[in-house]
Amino acid sequence: MNVLTYIDAFFSDSAHWQGYDGIPTRVVEHIQYTLMALGIAAVVGLPTGLVTGHTGRGGNTLALIATAARALPSFGLMVLMFVLLGLGMAPVMIPLVVLAIPPILVTTYEAMRAVDPAPVDAARGMGMAEAGVLFRVELPVALPLILSGLRTAAIQIVSTATIAAYVSFGGLGRYIIDGLYQRNYEKVVGGATLVAAMALATLAVFWAVGRLTVSRGVRRGA
Amino acid sequence: MNEFFDLPSDLQHSYLGLVALHLREALLPVLAGLLVALPVAQLCVRLRWLYPPVLWVTTVLYAIPSLAFFVILIDYTGLSELTVMIPLAVYSLVVLVPAIVDGVRSVPQETLAAATAMGFGPVRRYVQVQLPIAAPAIIAGLRVASVSSVSLVSVGMLIGNAGALGNLLNSGMIYNQPRLVWLSVIGTAVLAILVDIALIVLRELVTPWMPRGSRRTTRPTALKDAAR
Repeated sequence: MNVLTYIDAFFSDSAHWQGYDGIPTRVVEHIQYTLMALGIAAVVGLPTGLVTGHTGRGGNTLALIATAARALPSFGLMVLMFVLLGLGMAPVMIPLVVLAIPPILVTTYEAMRAVDPAPVDAARGMGMAEAGVLFRVELPVALPLILSGLRTAAIQIVSTATIAAYVSFGGLGRYIIDGLYQRNYEKVVGGATLVAAMALATLAVFWAVGRLTVSRGVRRGA
Repeated sequence: MNEFFDLPSDLQHSYLGLVALHLREALLPVLAGLLVALPVAQLCVRLRWLYPPVLWVTTVLYAIPSLAFFVILIDYTGLSELTVMIPLAVYSLVVLVPAIVDGVRSVPQETLAAATAMGFGPVRRYVQVQLPIAAPAIIAGLRVASVSSVSLVSVGMLIGNAGALGNLLNSGMIYNQPRLVWLSVIGTAVLAILVDIALIVLRELVTPWMPRGSRRTTRPTALKDAAR
């Protein structure tokens, strides 16, 4: 009950809807950071995962990378980068990208390995070139799993970009960190609500992308 | 060498004290998560229609960023370790429930029928047959949950210094001592790896019938879990 009154107070205050520290600015910032980190991670992770999955090589190395990456404390890494590199975009982007690559890479690899070999053989038998096999047979079948890897990465980025406010980053985490320092619980809870909504919106976006891009035959099979 | 591990007195802990605190804050939630996940997973195995909605709920809960989860709980549990531990327990469910369901489902029908024919009741069959056979899958889930839990505890620093080793990050910043930040990052990473190794040893201990170092069967699940 208490929390709900705070949320109501935060969102009905018109001062929170405009200016440099307004909700629209912070939301756009958060989306920008997320897209940027996800984009860089996808550019690195997707092709590598597709190729290693297609050829079936490097599975052990990937498992090692995945375990090592999970053991890295993302928040600590962020503070460390900030201490070493100082103020700027890089100290925050590096941990975000490092955090996002393993789920994309490993899931893409797994998805490609899990593709039923029968249609792949059939495609080769029909005389399809290797690139055709990869993009027109394996990729569509593996797409749902690949999207789930991207979704995991996006969720983690949204979550960690929030914490990045501690090292002077913008985005929705600002409300929570500033609110904690200012002992303004209304602001803290308002920010937390926005961040949670952002995470749920990310889930919804990936659900919609899945509906639009995954072919109906693959969806029925799953 | 000793000076390297000296901490500011406001942390009120030695380095080893922080390590112990970190382990407690990270692993108790996973244990609580396991105690919740076992009955939930058993229900999902019994009632198939229940599994998709349960998966959906755990995914949505997992999506809620840790900092947001912490600060909403402050109103109920204050600036305490409990506020950090409750979200960690909830997060562990997204890994543990599917791991247990997959593990229990992988028990062959013949094995279950044999147990029933030997006069095992449902409870005894579950504890003595299903759980041991599912143990490798369950421990694979526990590994993922524990390692991410160890890494997430540090965020608790932001709510009243409840982040164990993560508290060193703040000290490192306010006293301008990169050494403390290094101590936190390396300590947390090493702790995560040690917990992972401990669980692998546990798996070897509870499944003495499995061939030692059976990589072939464990690697694919490890990869799949890593992807979560």
